[in-house]
Amino acid sequence: MFNWLQSIGHRTFDRFSRVGRGSLFLWQCLLSLTYVFTKPILLIRQLYSVGVQTLLIILVAGLFVGMVLALQAYIVLVDFGAEESISLMVSLSILRELGPVFTGLLFAGRAGSALTAEIGLMKSTEQLSGMEMMAVNPMKYIIAPRFLAGVISVPLLTAIFMAVAVLGGYFVAIEMLGQYEGVFWSQLQIKVDFYEDLMNGMIKSLVFGFVVVWIAVFEGYDCVPTSEGLGQATTRTVVHGSLAVLGLDFLLTALMFNV
Amino acid sequence: MNTRNLEITVGAFVVLAILAMVMLSLKVSNLASYGAQGNVYEIQAQFENIGGLKVRSPVSAGGVRVGKVADISYNNEQFTAVVTMQLEGAYKFPLDTSASILTAGLLGEQYVGLEPGGDEEYLVQGGEIELTQSALVLERVIGQFLFSKAQEKQGE
Repeated sequence: MFNWLQSIGHRTFDRFSRVGRGSLFLWQCLLSLTYVFTKPILLIRQLYSVGVQTLLIILVAGLFVGMVLALQAYIVLVDFGAEESISLMVSLSILRELGPVFTGLLFAGRAGSALTAEIGLMKSTEQLSGMEMMAVNPMKYIIAPRFLAGVISVPLLTAIFMAVAVLGGYFVAIEMLGQYEGVFWSQLQIKVDFYEDLMNGMIKSLVFGFVVVWIAVFEGYDCVPTSEGLGQATTRTVVHGSLAVLGLDFLLTALMFNV
Repeated sequence: MNTRNLEITVGAFVVLAILAMVMLSLKVSNLASYGAQGNVYEIQAQFENIGGLKVRSPVSAGGVRVGKVADISYNNEQFTAVVTMQLEGAYKFPLDTSASILTAGLLGEQYVGLEPGGDEEYLVQGGEIELTQSALVLERVIGQFLFSKAQEKQGE
């Protein structure tokens, strides 16, 4: 009985200390960000491995999401004779929700897990402590560039995802379903608002990027330095990152589109 | 990978993202129409029933889009809906222009259609359109149709 209570207490303390460590970690990371600006090559290297290498999956996913949405929209809307609104349905769902959310999820799976594994392996092989021995702060040299690169890449990837998805929808609507091109674009320009729809989507993506990268980098830095611990940390990055994106998406939507 | 290639690839990535952003803001959203914001004027019109008209619905004259609905409110003294329209400065309409709320297609989007009159003076900022025609409410039309059918039957 007491053992059971003790284990609950132990777990609770464990959780809280993780949250505390995570917040302290974020604070230190933000303080180290200034160093990145004095050595931009560190940032560019990470932008390449975090941003550019995620580009392909974003492009392909965006294209197919846009195409599927257009097809589904057509099937539903044609019953009501409202198939001119395909473009509207595709682009509003992409700009407001799917663009930021999909990019966040894909980013957590593709780049977040890689970040965790990389930093976790550095910790396991004692490269991080080696750096500290040489009086190089790994926070400045390893963590901060990766963090900043992630926060910068997610909104960029989201913009690309959105554009490609709208083009995918365009391709299906015009080439496959034979809709009119003029109607497609004019519906968008009348109904899609720059600030209300596009900017809110981009703000969402910025928040998602921040949270996913924070989780990824922290899990790597905080992992148990064994091969098993590394595996668990990578899994946690993907699971917690994806859940955080979905949960925050609901919160942000409720805040932004004041229902 | 050497630094130069690295920088070129990252540069291409950023340029691609910026292009996507530009395409989204100009082609997909209505940012382009914000540019003309400086040269617009607002007029008002009172309608008995505006149906499904919404803020940002188009205002067109002869099928050409000349502005948008900027605001919709309710006048509690005359019990009418007040629609404020923002027209582009390049288009001028005579004082006796009439406004009606029309529907694009059978169930489509509602918009304000302007029908120019013959007056020699033009509407200016803050002007009001006197002649208005309310929205066609589908339920009423169907009701009338059924009513007339029933009467026909009785006449037989």
